[in-house]
Amino acid sequence: MSRTITFILDDEVVEAQAGQTILQAAVAAGKYIPRLCAQKGLSPHGSCRVCTVLVNGRPQASCTQPVAEGIVVVTDSPELRELRKQIIELLFVEGNHFCMFCEKSGNCELQALAYRFGITAPRFPYQFPRRDVDATHPGLFLDRNRCILCARCIRASKELDGKNVFQFIGRGRDKRLGVNSRNGLGGTEAETTDRAAEVCPVGALLRKREGYRIPVGRRKYDLVPIGSEVEAGGIGAAGEGGQHE
Amino acid sequence: MTKEAFQAKIQEICRRYEPGPVRLLDILREVQASFGWISDDAIDEIARTLRMPRVEVESTASFYAFLSCRPVGRVAIRLCDDIIDRMHGMERIQRVFEGELGIRLGETTPDGNITLTRTACIGMSDQAPAALVNDVVVTRLSTDLARTIVAELRSHLDPTRLVKQVGDGNNAHELVNAMVENNIRLRGPVIFAPFSPGDALPKALAMTPVEVIRHVKTARLRGRGGAGFPTGMKWEFTRNAPGERRFLICNADEGEPGTFKDRVILTECPDLLFEGMTVGGYAIGAKEGILYLRGEYAYLRRFLEAVLEERRRNGLLGKGILGYPDFDFDIRIQMGAGAYICGEETALISSCEGLRGDPKNRPPFPAQKGYLGCPTAVNNVETLCCVARIIQEGAGWFAQQGSDGSSGTKLLSVSGDCKRPGVYEVPFGTSLARVLEMVGAEGVQAVQVGGASGHLVGPADFSRHICFDDLSTGGSVMVFSAERDLLEVVEAFQEFFTDESCGYCTPCRAGNPVMLEYVRRIRSGKATRREVDTLRTLAGTVKQASRCGLGQTSPNALLDLFEKFPQVVESRLQAVTRDVLPSFDLETALAEATRVVGRPSVHSSNR
Repeated sequence: MSRTITFILDDEVVEAQAGQTILQAAVAAGKYIPRLCAQKGLSPHGSCRVCTVLVNGRPQASCTQPVAEGIVVVTDSPELRELRKQIIELLFVEGNHFCMFCEKSGNCELQALAYRFGITAPRFPYQFPRRDVDATHPGLFLDRNRCILCARCIRASKELDGKNVFQFIGRGRDKRLGVNSRNGLGGTEAETTDRAAEVCPVGALLRKREGYRIPVGRRKYDLVPIGSEVEAGGIGAAGEGGQHE
Repeated sequence: MTKEAFQAKIQEICRRYEPGPVRLLDILREVQASFGWISDDAIDEIARTLRMPRVEVESTASFYAFLSCRPVGRVAIRLCDDIIDRMHGMERIQRVFEGELGIRLGETTPDGNITLTRTACIGMSDQAPAALVNDVVVTRLSTDLARTIVAELRSHLDPTRLVKQVGDGNNAHELVNAMVENNIRLRGPVIFAPFSPGDALPKALAMTPVEVIRHVKTARLRGRGGAGFPTGMKWEFTRNAPGERRFLICNADEGEPGTFKDRVILTECPDLLFEGMTVGGYAIGAKEGILYLRGEYAYLRRFLEAVLEERRRNGLLGKGILGYPDFDFDIRIQMGAGAYICGEETALISSCEGLRGDPKNRPPFPAQKGYLGCPTAVNNVETLCCVARIIQEGAGWFAQQGSDGSSGTKLLSVSGDCKRPGVYEVPFGTSLARVLEMVGAEGVQAVQVGGASGHLVGPADFSRHICFDDLSTGGSVMVFSAERDLLEVVEAFQEFFTDESCGYCTPCRAGNPVMLEYVRRIRSGKATRREVDTLRTLAGTVKQASRCGLGQTSPNALLDLFEKFPQVVESRLQAVTRDVLPSFDLETALAEATRVVGRPSVHSSNR
């Protein structure tokens, strides 16, 4: 039986289990914290920083920061909203995102967060990086222009599929998603049925021949905004056994 | 070379480093040294031999600046590119190298022999401009020397033959053989006092490990890397953490631009350092120590290995040290390969484990779960030297040096606009004004204290004191006279952080290039007030939201510039007079389309 911890979450006293992250505890308490790299069933990564909250006044990524007795957590404030908005804007300008002809439009978490934060156009200068597309796999399509380096596919491949299809290559702004073959994704053991093929929050890793099965306008975030109560209810409360929502 | 011979050679390299994958960085360095670069075939063979996914091998290989996954020349000339070297004429030197070699920066000569490239600060700011030619350091470059270097390399391709005159002290040692000079300008009682092997260790071993830790606490020793965490407390956490094996790692990845004091310690005081490491190993209960030596200091490696060997021979390292049957401790040297981020302690641990130099999520802290998941203490070179001296001279003696909250002395690496650049051992509490007087700096506009991640201060702050509670610094002091453009300084720092970000988290990876672009717009007089405001907010976000110290400190100098030197930015601001941003150039934007279509655009003013 794990130890119960009491802490303050946005002015409310809440209970959590020792070992839980702040994000897990917040989800269990019915609170939505915007996030991109965190995904239910995958180990925490702490890279996108969208889920940054204040812990005793200090910014911390809630997906990796464990709960502790008596901490005071603030998950929402004008400053935090501005910080998250800027991170989303940075993700838009560092890649090449064209929502109007992306198959993921309407199901894309990055796009949905941009709507949530009222971003009509990023205020930062576009970086227009040169990034390549990998269409070598018969059933999967990898477009690095849209990749936000969240590592969900890397973790899903390792942790859920028991494979090693993906890993990061390079560093800094040249960091990109690599695959475990010199002949592209088609040379790896990736399969269309892999869980890794389902977890991409954006349109970087897609299944082929599924395009527009659900028409634009009837997709997930066309119907309910990301993080809304309806959506949160739809994907349930905190996972069990240290799983992330 | 036949395929079989190639595979046999790679397998042989892999076998030399047991146990395989955690020594991947060493293996990749050797493969690079043997074949000149790390080819796809090499990656496949390493992966097969170590039984690991090839993408994991590629991931590590592609992370480090000194490893190359595409063909490069047998000789790599790496020009030290930082603000100090630029101030000393590196741009001119670069043009000479480009002219003489007939190639541009980043290219390789057509015969495949020589590659010209740039690298972050190599720890020679006191003898700038400098460069690395493979592992050989060349300092005080002039245009003449650049021409000579190219002519010589063309004739023999042997960088070691470029060393005509060796520097002072151990730089002249046959195993170092470097033209590097120590430039020790002020010797204090802690680091630069005489020390003989065995001056401290017997005293430590006569105490219990807990007493040694208490000693270090009584001396009030705080980490010299910059953060100033109490060393005794760190050791206590590490000692008390559950685990079978423990490790002590010395962080000699001295990468902060403008810092070079560890270079001098490693050259002149290696016994003081290794003795401090051994005391630390005894205190925390470690049998294994690692010296993480930055790739730029590879020229010191053979010498340091010889010092370690000598200590083993004298019973100061190895099994049953000084006849104490229960105390075994040995040290291995882990070479880095060109990555500033590896100076961050958890990134350094990742690198020691053969991984990309990505920082790890904390908690757990290294004291609980560090190298290979074992309790690990990571200490700065200078800190460990202080430990040896504390044991030798006593905790009370040490605590009396320096100022109230900061006991002992501090090594400063001074460079830039001053008459006497070099290393100064000053007592904590020394004012910046006193330092500037000592180094012969006049007409000073600003000083960057603590390297690129530190703070930019002006004359109003010169009366402040070097210590943990006031002007805290890992030791880098860069002096800028009135003629210098502080925006050029800040631009160089933003370039540095853009190059050196590991890319793990969004704010640092994506934020630094954007900040750099804004700084360049300001510098070229094309920024609006609104863009400057956007930059200021972004700098705050990068500082707040980044995952490790690199990102969190990357906007420091820029924010200081805004706060303390507002006129530098103000004088370049333009009012928006047109209906487009000044940074938007219509002709540039239309250039590609104009070329494709073969006629000027209807929107072009050149029509």
